[in-house]
Amino acid sequence: MAEIEGGGGGHKKGGKPKGKKLSTRVDFTPMVDLGFLLITFFMLTTSMNKPKTMEINMPVKDKVEEVDKTKVKASQAITVLLTENDKIVYYFINEKTGEPETPIITDFSKSGIRSTLLTKNRELLAAKGFNNLDSIPIYKEMYRLNQIDEATMRANISAIKNNKDALIVVIKADDKAKYKNLVDILDEMLICNIGRYAIVDITDIERDLIKTAMAVK
Amino acid sequence: MPKVKVPRKSTSVDMTAMTDVAFLLLTFFMLATQFKPDEPVTVNAPSSIAEVPLPDIDIMTITIAGDGRVFFDLEGQQYKEELIKKMAALKQVSFSPEEIKSFSLMSSFGVPFGQLKALLALKTEERAKIQQKGIPADSLNNELADWIWQSRLVNNNVRVAIKGDQETSYPIVKQVIATLQDKKVNRFNFITNLNTEPVE
Repeated sequence: MAEIEGGGGGHKKGGKPKGKKLSTRVDFTPMVDLGFLLITFFMLTTSMNKPKTMEINMPVKDKVEEVDKTKVKASQAITVLLTENDKIVYYFINEKTGEPETPIITDFSKSGIRSTLLTKNRELLAAKGFNNLDSIPIYKEMYRLNQIDEATMRANISAIKNNKDALIVVIKADDKAKYKNLVDILDEMLICNIGRYAIVDITDIERDLIKTAMAVK
Repeated sequence: MPKVKVPRKSTSVDMTAMTDVAFLLLTFFMLATQFKPDEPVTVNAPSSIAEVPLPDIDIMTITIAGDGRVFFDLEGQQYKEELIKKMAALKQVSFSPEEIKSFSLMSSFGVPFGQLKALLALKTEERAKIQQKGIPADSLNNELADWIWQSRLVNNNVRVAIKGDQETSYPIVKQVIATLQDKKVNRFNFITNLNTEPVE
């Protein structure tokens, strides 16, 4: 700490007072203390991670002519219904009858909707002879290692994602669903590399479907 | 045997180098810090693996609180000044230059248009204390639609970001999305926190 020099006792022998040689060194310790205190403050207040966003494209609301509508094969689509308590009810459409098959209850866990989407997507693609779903992480890795540029990576990945025969997901949420559920399911679309999905309003038939599925359980 | 004399060394350490380091770090953190604008409501955004950062400019933020109240914010002071003038013309209300200034400095707000004057009259500290009612966004009186439309007229590069609370119930979110679609905004962003869960 900074020392205070005690008075030298003045002049004892009546001679000139001796000019004491003072050290020119300054004690920096308090300054360091202050510096670190401020660092701590700024470190705690700084939020380094900027918020991220998820881009959503909705279809144009204007009436679409019947001829312009893309025809989707029933076997290619899965309808995912979001409901209360973070539960998901999903069903496929039977191709022959055009009726919904038995709905299945699942959740947002890894072995839940994610595995369903991944398996189904793989099945559909494999049936048509496409096995390139696994190339997506490879393209990403190649981009990370600067072997290909960003545009090439994006083009390749989007070609795989928007494959005509890939799974199409129809997302519907009922009134008891939470916003979190919507973001979670969109997140699953990103994780499972599903390029074609839509957020659609729920119908009364599907509301009943959820009710019966929940009652069975 | 002669004693070995150990020279007495001073115990004080030179602090200069440490000061240098401390102040270097201090400078870094001071420059890197961005103070958050005080928001009228705390929103706990859901997390996702999306890695696209939110742009700083040309953005309007629609905040949806957990209880369903809707708040609105447009980035950029000059745009906000234009926006309030346009809204005043639309609603046939006049604002004083002080009120316009106050609006342009305000961050997110959530009151019906009729209460905006009263909100602007308050000081910043007082504003944080009162409970804002939220911008009406239902089909009867959709003021949110007006704000969105006028913002797009003011700045036609503007992008829409929706910042919803995890616990917000879906019908309100649906209502906001429907409003956006009504105003021909078909592309928008959901603000999320980064989730670092490993993905296989």
